[in-house]
Amino acid sequence: MSTAMVEAQGVRKSFGPVEILKGIDLRVEKGSVTCLIGPSGSGKTTFLRCINHLEKVDAGRLSVDGSLVGYAERNGKLYELKEDQTAQARLDAGMVFQRFNLFPHMTVMENILEAPVRVQKRPRAEVLKEAQVLLDRVGLGHRGDSYPQELSGGQQQRIAIARALAMKPKLMLFDEPTSALDPELVGEVLDVMKDLAEEGMTMVVVTHELAFARQVSDQVVFMDQGVVVESGPPEQVLGSPVHERTKSFLSKVL
Amino acid sequence: MSGDQLKDAVHGVPMVSGTTAAPTTAASATALGVTSAGQTPSSSATHQVSMPVVPLRYPGRITVAVILVVVAALAAADVALNKRYHWDVVVGYLFAPQILSGAGLTLLLTVVSMTAGILLGTALAVMRLSANPVLSTVSRGYIWFFRGTPLLVQLIFWYNIAALYPVIALGLPFGGPSWVIGSANVLITPLGAAILGLSLNEAAYMAEIIRGGIGSVDKGQYEAARALGMKRATMMSRIILPQAMRVVLPPTGNQVVSMLKGTSLVSVLAISDLLYSAQIIYATNYQTIALLIVASLWYLALTTVLSYFQGKLEKRYGRGFELTSGKTRKRRKRSAA
Ligand SMILES: Nc1ncnc2c1ncn2[C@@H]1O[C@H](COP(=O)(O)OP(=O)(O)OP(=O)(O)O)[C@@H](O)[C@H]1O
Ligand SMILES: [Mg+2]
Repeated sequence: MSTAMVEAQGVRKSFGPVEILKGIDLRVEKGSVTCLIGPSGSGKTTFLRCINHLEKVDAGRLSVDGSLVGYAERNGKLYELKEDQTAQARLDAGMVFQRFNLFPHMTVMENILEAPVRVQKRPRAEVLKEAQVLLDRVGLGHRGDSYPQELSGGQQQRIAIARALAMKPKLMLFDEPTSALDPELVGEVLDVMKDLAEEGMTMVVVTHELAFARQVSDQVVFMDQGVVVESGPPEQVLGSPVHERTKSFLSKVL
Repeated sequence: MSGDQLKDAVHGVPMVSGTTAAPTTAASATALGVTSAGQTPSSSATHQVSMPVVPLRYPGRITVAVILVVVAALAAADVALNKRYHWDVVVGYLFAPQILSGAGLTLLLTVVSMTAGILLGTALAVMRLSANPVLSTVSRGYIWFFRGTPLLVQLIFWYNIAALYPVIALGLPFGGPSWVIGSANVLITPLGAAILGLSLNEAAYMAEIIRGGIGSVDKGQYEAARALGMKRATMMSRIILPQAMRVVLPPTGNQVVSMLKGTSLVSVLAISDLLYSAQIIYATNYQTIALLIVASLWYLALTTVLSYFQGKLEKRYGRGFELTSGKTRKRRKRSAA
């Protein structure tokens, strides 16, 4: 069996005395799309942040493309990584946020160039060319000189996707990418994500867009209260769920 | 209703509504009174569209402005004609070499101390916000001490540091080897003491201002910067601090202006800054008021220049936050062309 892109075994995470993730088991194959669904507060965001090393895992094993998150394994011991090593490891995954989080003081083009040039230290001219291609791909090739606040929410989110892609990540994480958008702008963002999935990008998407999940994903994972209740192909989890909690959640969302 | 009003109604309504009902009603003269009352909303809407607009006038503003101009002119005339101001002396000393070099020194003290204060203040602000409890406590203590003691006392303290530590040396404690750097009296000149005192004091205030600015930046910006693999130093210098600048700049402008005038405190260290130079001159010629006016004119001029640069900086760091800035509009035009 080839290594999975993301492999979680009994992942636990607490904030103070409150345990948010209570042993998550999950496998995301390379080139596949996984949609995470579940009620508010079930720990979806927290789990996504763990994958991207934004939160430390307290117990269990979480690995991205074969390497452990937050720790290095040597001689049967786990060594906690230093901040700089974690920052390095974070480059494996690109992340897209609910509220876009573009840098407002930079133009669209500067937003995209910033990390590849400053963090990955790639030549500016080379990145500039790629950035233009990415902007064209998300349909905003002519908006490189705009500032984020001059753009609509849908456009900002597409820029945020381009910004993450410019780092050439192995994996893309989306945290409710369309939840902050006006309904008429949701489609343009989902279209970009569909294209990305078709090109074979590994994606983990937290979403309430069940139609998108049904159409695009290889795997749907239903989380509730810090555990994975049910997971499998979309027809199965969304079409004929086994668990009572999944059924009641789906009936509320639909 | 007069004939003119009737014409208005007849002309106005069809122009906008384009219906035939309105003119017919208006034209039936017997129904005129009823029509104008019954159709008030539609006819007033018509007027808004088809009539020339007379802008609202502000007679109150003009009256107040006239009164203020008269009062100001009278006051100015009195000040100008009052011989006891000795304007001839003011003009005579305005560009005196002593005054000019004093103004230069004041500007130098301001720029150097402010720069050092901002740099140290930034470091203190970042320390204060650090997760490391040692760093944040040190920063807190520093700010507490330097904000809590009078600047004048701090200046005199640094000036007299030689009394406490005659020799400044680098070395290990308890009789370990040490390298003498020099005598404190030689190292800490009056000017050095002034810069040290002003900078260290300013840093405490700037630290609080910058901390406020950093706190104003959206938490999502940290997330995005970290998710892009930025280390803390890059994140602060490229993402967080530039955005904090927008909030930091206006109060910093205030700090610069009060620093400019605050430098006059260093006259106690016998440094010939602007105020001290003026004092030396009036100590011999007794033209106290005239020379204080000279000094004030220079303080005003310097403040004006510094405020101009503040305005430029505020515009620079406001980019991306104001949608209607000149630059944005220009760029829009360019991309539209
Ligand atoms: N940094 C934190 N400190 C303390 N508690 C936190 C922190 N982050 C998240 N939590 C708590 O963890 C729980 C799960 O949060 P999480 O954001 O992962 O849920 P979610 O499934 O993404 O929900 P939503 O659909 O509302 O986004 C919530 O109760 C939240 O209050
Ligand atoms: Mg969430």
